[in-house]
Amino acid sequence: MNGLLGFAKGSLREVTHGGRAYKAWVAALLAMIALGVVAYANQLSAGLIATNMRDEVSWAFYIGNFTFLVGVAAAAVLLVIPAYVYQWKPIKEVVVLGELLAISALVMCLLFILVDMGRPDRFLHIMPFFGTPNWPASMLTWDALVLHLYLFLNLGLVLYLLVKTYRGEPYDKRIFLPLVLLSIPVSISTHTVTAFLYNGMAARPYWNASILAPRFIASAFCSGPAVMIILFQILRRTNKLPIKDEAIFKIAELMSYAMFLNLFLLGAELFKEYYSATEHLLYTQYFWQGIGEHRTLVPYAWFSLACSVAAFVLFLIPKTRANYRTLNLGCVLIWAGVYIEKGMGLIIPGFTPSTLGQIYPYTPTATEWGIAVGVFGIGFLVFTVLVKISVPILVGTFRAPGRAVQPAPEGTAHPAH
Amino acid sequence: MNDRKSLPVVADDGPADPSRRSFMRTASAGAAIAAVSACGVDVEDVLRSHFKELTPDQLKRVLAKVERRNKERFGKDTKVSATGAREGVEFGYGLDISRCVGCRRCVYACVKENNPSREHPQIHWIQVLEMDKAHGVDLTHADLYYDAEAVPRPGKFYFPVQCQQCRNPPCVKACPTQATWKEKDGIVVIDYDWCIGCRCCMSACPYGARHMNWAAPTLPAEELNPNQHYLGNRPRPKGVVEKCTFCVQRTREGRYPACVEICPVGARKFGNLLDPESEIRKVMDTKRVFIFKEELATHPQFYYFYAT
Repeated sequence: MNGLLGFAKGSLREVTHGGRAYKAWVAALLAMIALGVVAYANQLSAGLIATNMRDEVSWAFYIGNFTFLVGVAAAAVLLVIPAYVYQWKPIKEVVVLGELLAISALVMCLLFILVDMGRPDRFLHIMPFFGTPNWPASMLTWDALVLHLYLFLNLGLVLYLLVKTYRGEPYDKRIFLPLVLLSIPVSISTHTVTAFLYNGMAARPYWNASILAPRFIASAFCSGPAVMIILFQILRRTNKLPIKDEAIFKIAELMSYAMFLNLFLLGAELFKEYYSATEHLLYTQYFWQGIGEHRTLVPYAWFSLACSVAAFVLFLIPKTRANYRTLNLGCVLIWAGVYIEKGMGLIIPGFTPSTLGQIYPYTPTATEWGIAVGVFGIGFLVFTVLVKISVPILVGTFRAPGRAVQPAPEGTAHPAH
Repeated sequence: MNDRKSLPVVADDGPADPSRRSFMRTASAGAAIAAVSACGVDVEDVLRSHFKELTPDQLKRVLAKVERRNKERFGKDTKVSATGAREGVEFGYGLDISRCVGCRRCVYACVKENNPSREHPQIHWIQVLEMDKAHGVDLTHADLYYDAEAVPRPGKFYFPVQCQQCRNPPCVKACPTQATWKEKDGIVVIDYDWCIGCRCCMSACPYGARHMNWAAPTLPAEELNPNQHYLGNRPRPKGVVEKCTFCVQRTREGRYPACVEICPVGARKFGNLLDPESEIRKVMDTKRVFIFKEELATHPQFYYFYAT
């Protein structure tokens, strides 16, 4: 019990202490969260009419963000595979950071589902024992199941690893390894089931293509690692985390393959739609060309494609992927490209035209933007706090009393920020 | 999935294990009460069982509560029933495309009967599409918002769409909480007190038949229809989905749906598919019917035909 208290106190100290940049970052996140809370209070009292969703486009910005973030959550852990295959030295760090990112992304996923519900007060109705989940027929019950499984698996793994390291004890490979290996198929299943949520709806031809789940996985393999590459660089600088350049460049190389696959699958889908040119072409057309005067999404579609292609080229050429300036530019481009593609670019054309052929041009309201900013604020804050506690444990500066790897002199126990 | 048990008025329609659920519900009561009473939500609603698990006594209390709430909300006495499906009845609907003139009287008769929100959001369970004769039934040339001086307009025909009461309903499959189901007489119903407003059903429905209460419904007290069914036209709360129920409050009492009754050209036919003498069976025997979006295999109980 004493140890736990010490751990809590130490964690609190880690979280509340930091340089000016850290404090400014946390303050910015808190401001984002405050904005989100105000916007959500407005939505709660007015109802979802505070959004621009209507019967024709009944899922939109929230669900788009949810879908993108499931990809981020899934792919973060997938980095574990190359970490093992290429035997990167700081494998424990890669695993922990991937899982922390997954946890934060999952928190945001669940929040985006919550703010999208018409009756959040009835959330118990979907829970086993408390409610009447329509399992196994309903894909949303499956999604809730795998997302929670993945969340708790990651939480358990991280906690186990951190507590062991904090105490200065070696972790048991017989517990750790099987759980890490289990988290890989579970991470793939979260994104697959999320794809099936849309994929299974015969009423929406834009989603009702078997290529959807593979495309989800391919794009996730780009967006998740893009975050990790940026993160590794920051942590290397602030916490002396021993991550080698080669590891980062290898991730970038793998991302270029994933992006190639993603673009190839997109091409296959576009070919099928445009060449066969059935009535189902309309939805694809709405995204890429617009229908009549309805062209809301067209600039986004081409911008997203340009970002993805540019990032692919940057990551494919060894010279540009080994240059941090072009590498980081590529990461930002991938984020922008996949965010549009898996967000609004997936959801809105699914509903436009509607099942009765009507076009409702959707754009998010200020309330929707505000709530999304708030959710991202919460997610980033969760991630920041988790990283702030974990990294000192991993590099050995935050340990149980008497267990420190290299006892540092008073006052310099924490890395300078 | 499709042959789910019917209404709880039939005594032996119990759940597999209601006691376990009610135990869990009691166990969670403390936390739930703390969580929801802060938001002004009725605790009894949160801890209630699924509609199909209610005992006759509980159902009576639930219905009385709906009437009490109606009184509070509209200052009017209402009669809320939960009449179950009748044995040997399976409803079928026929719509004669060659007769329909696109006057939308059915749309407004439905509004008057079924207590939907009048504006912000305006909810219509029947959507009449104006289509080009040159294209046939083609949704890319369909206009839902036609504004005509007089109907029918030259070169146009009209194609009304409402819930098709599918035998294989994609909405029921998609619902994560079993808040919507198909009854024995074929009507797909929603328990507005069980719906969580996730709108999976709206994504799944190929007919645009499901409508969301994006805000608290606006329904003037003087326009409230006091004859209500729990699974049909009782006033809805904010944030839940609703749809056509073939006027369950009327048809289970042996009356026509409001849209059938109002149609000035007799384009709408309704009856028991299991009764060879019924109007709908006459249509099916003497005319050739088709169903909307047959490639999706939803197997509607709603048929379109061309009588002339």
